[in-house]
Amino acid sequence: MKEYVSVWVYSENNNLMLELISCGRSLSDTLKIELTAVLIGDEAEGKADKLVKYGADKVFMINHPTLKESPDEICLATLTDLIATHKPEILLIGSTKNGKELASRIAARLETGCIQDCSYLTINGEGQLITKRVVYSGNAVVTATFSRSPHIATVPLRTFEKLEPTERKGNIMKLEAKAVKPRLDVVSVSKMEVTDVKVEEARIVICGGRGIDSKEDFKPLKELAQILEGQVSNTRPLAEDRKWFSGWVGLSGKKIKPTVYIGCGISGMIQHVAGMRDSKIVVAINKDPEAAIFEFADYMVVGDLYEIVPAIVKELKKALD
Amino acid sequence: MPRIIVCLKQAIDVSQLKADANGRLITAGVSRKISDFDKNALEEAVRLKEALDGEVVTVTASVEDAKTTIREALAMGGDKGYFINDEALQNSDTLAISFVLAEAIKKIGQFDLILCGEASIDGFSAQVGPRLAELLNIPVITYGRKICLEGSVLTVERILEDRYETVKASTPAIVTVTKEINEPRIPSLMAIMKASKKEIVTWRLTDLGVSPGKVGEAGSGIRILDVKAPKVERRRVLIEGETPNEIAEKLVKSLIQEGVVGR
Ligand SMILES: Cc1cc2nc3c(=O)[nH]c(=O)nc-3n(C[C@H](O)[C@H](O)[C@H](O)COP(=O)(O)OP(=O)(O)OC[C@H]3O[C@@H](n4cnc5c(N)ncnc54)[C@H](O)[C@@H]3O)c2cc1C
Repeated sequence: MKEYVSVWVYSENNNLMLELISCGRSLSDTLKIELTAVLIGDEAEGKADKLVKYGADKVFMINHPTLKESPDEICLATLTDLIATHKPEILLIGSTKNGKELASRIAARLETGCIQDCSYLTINGEGQLITKRVVYSGNAVVTATFSRSPHIATVPLRTFEKLEPTERKGNIMKLEAKAVKPRLDVVSVSKMEVTDVKVEEARIVICGGRGIDSKEDFKPLKELAQILEGQVSNTRPLAEDRKWFSGWVGLSGKKIKPTVYIGCGISGMIQHVAGMRDSKIVVAINKDPEAAIFEFADYMVVGDLYEIVPAIVKELKKALD
Repeated sequence: MPRIIVCLKQAIDVSQLKADANGRLITAGVSRKISDFDKNALEEAVRLKEALDGEVVTVTASVEDAKTTIREALAMGGDKGYFINDEALQNSDTLAISFVLAEAIKKIGQFDLILCGEASIDGFSAQVGPRLAELLNIPVITYGRKICLEGSVLTVERILEDRYETVKASTPAIVTVTKEINEPRIPSLMAIMKASKKEIVTWRLTDLGVSPGKVGEAGSGIRILDVKAPKVERRRVLIEGETPNEIAEKLVKSLIQEGVVGR
């Protein structure tokens, strides 16, 4: 058995950080080793206590006022340096786009393996870290382990539930960021439409596809989302071809795992399904009884979305009143 | 006259995959193609070349024969293809493949820009571009959806989860591109014929001075234990009714019973 030192977690996304702590907690408990959260950012001070409450044994707190929103050389150099010094066995990074880039680059610097977008992580009887992830556009699940250290894995949002906060004692250590020159110059940042942003975190997602004829026809879907306190999203052609939205759900877009996914006028092509297959309950509304989306549905509604969706809105209003 | 290198993966056509009776995936006999996002990278490179009068070379590392795939890239506008073909590449992960690609790129020589897809359509691990940047010690801009190259100044618009970022870097640099950056061309018959005369340089690992310990299982950081078709465990309950209202009523009832909507 290997000499494990610790499990580390890092994400620039606060929610994801707490979820990683939950995942890291169970790995480190199994291995009976310490869990360290690495906090890098402009308001690190105020956040460290919280990470302990949510399960971290130790927090490396690095104030880095210039860490904005780009994949940051300073963050990369600081993390790599810390890892080289403290030698954690497992490093979990939040699987945002920047997080994936960061993980790959740390792995390159340390000449080790990196497994992206893990949907499952566990320690087997031999103390090995076993991961699962989806490949081949959702057609397969790969089980893999590591043959080099540290083991670097990225984990998407909503893969693990954050723990309940408790009053625990932890060790908070303040460290310095490494001084390196940035290589990229972020000239400007523009936010996307809010509706697109929250989809990954929404408990309920109403997704529209090409069965919807105009952007205005999203109104009943939005109404449904509003009643259910959910978010509206869409398939890729509605963003790419019709330019109605900027984001989409799927292989090349957002991976969502809401409690309820309601797909309206979506055929269920594998590339879209790759982004929603982990949803807890799937409702599909499609007028074509042969539509592939029904293979992935818990509740199948064969019918015209233009009639069905407003009817659901009406029923919900009645039921929830 | 920029020189652009495009990293092209020969990927499995995922839409043709089937599983055997035990749920194991059958990849033998499934057709191969240029990985989708790499095709976007190639298209972008060719557009830059056409605008700036440059040169586009492609580089592919594969244990299988990839010449037909590379030929397609040349028909789309690549000027020359480099193909690292060696059985020792079997079971190489992104750590090993990135190392081989970096060594090949060093041997190819001077370049201004390297373009990769944001990820490959089969493995989807989004690592090769960022890893190459580290190995070659140059800047990387990931998830690019717009590229502008003026002299040695590279401006790229990135698409992230909740925002767009416009980022500048100086060349040589790497950009990984998303699907929405362009619509890859379908080469004309003429272009296909011309491509048959373009050069594909084939290298073995010894030509790159890469030792066997750097590739395959020995050179990789991860070990695959199993590849299986995912289980779909959906209940597939058909909600029926005479009218949309009746259907909606049943559906809403079910969702409330599941405890997922309402209080
Ligand atoms: C490399 C690559 C990556 C991709 N990535 C993604 C991705 O990330 N996300 C994504 O979504 N797509 C992606 N795609 C595209 C994907 O292959 C499909 O083309 C897309 O998902 C189809 O979108 P759709 O279901 O909205 O449209 P369609 O396939 O056209 O389906 C429309 C459906 O609506 C139904 N319909 C029509 N009218 C009504 C009505 N009145 N009432 C009820 N039903 C109706 C029809 O029966 C049909 O089933 C990708 C493709 C490629 C090649």
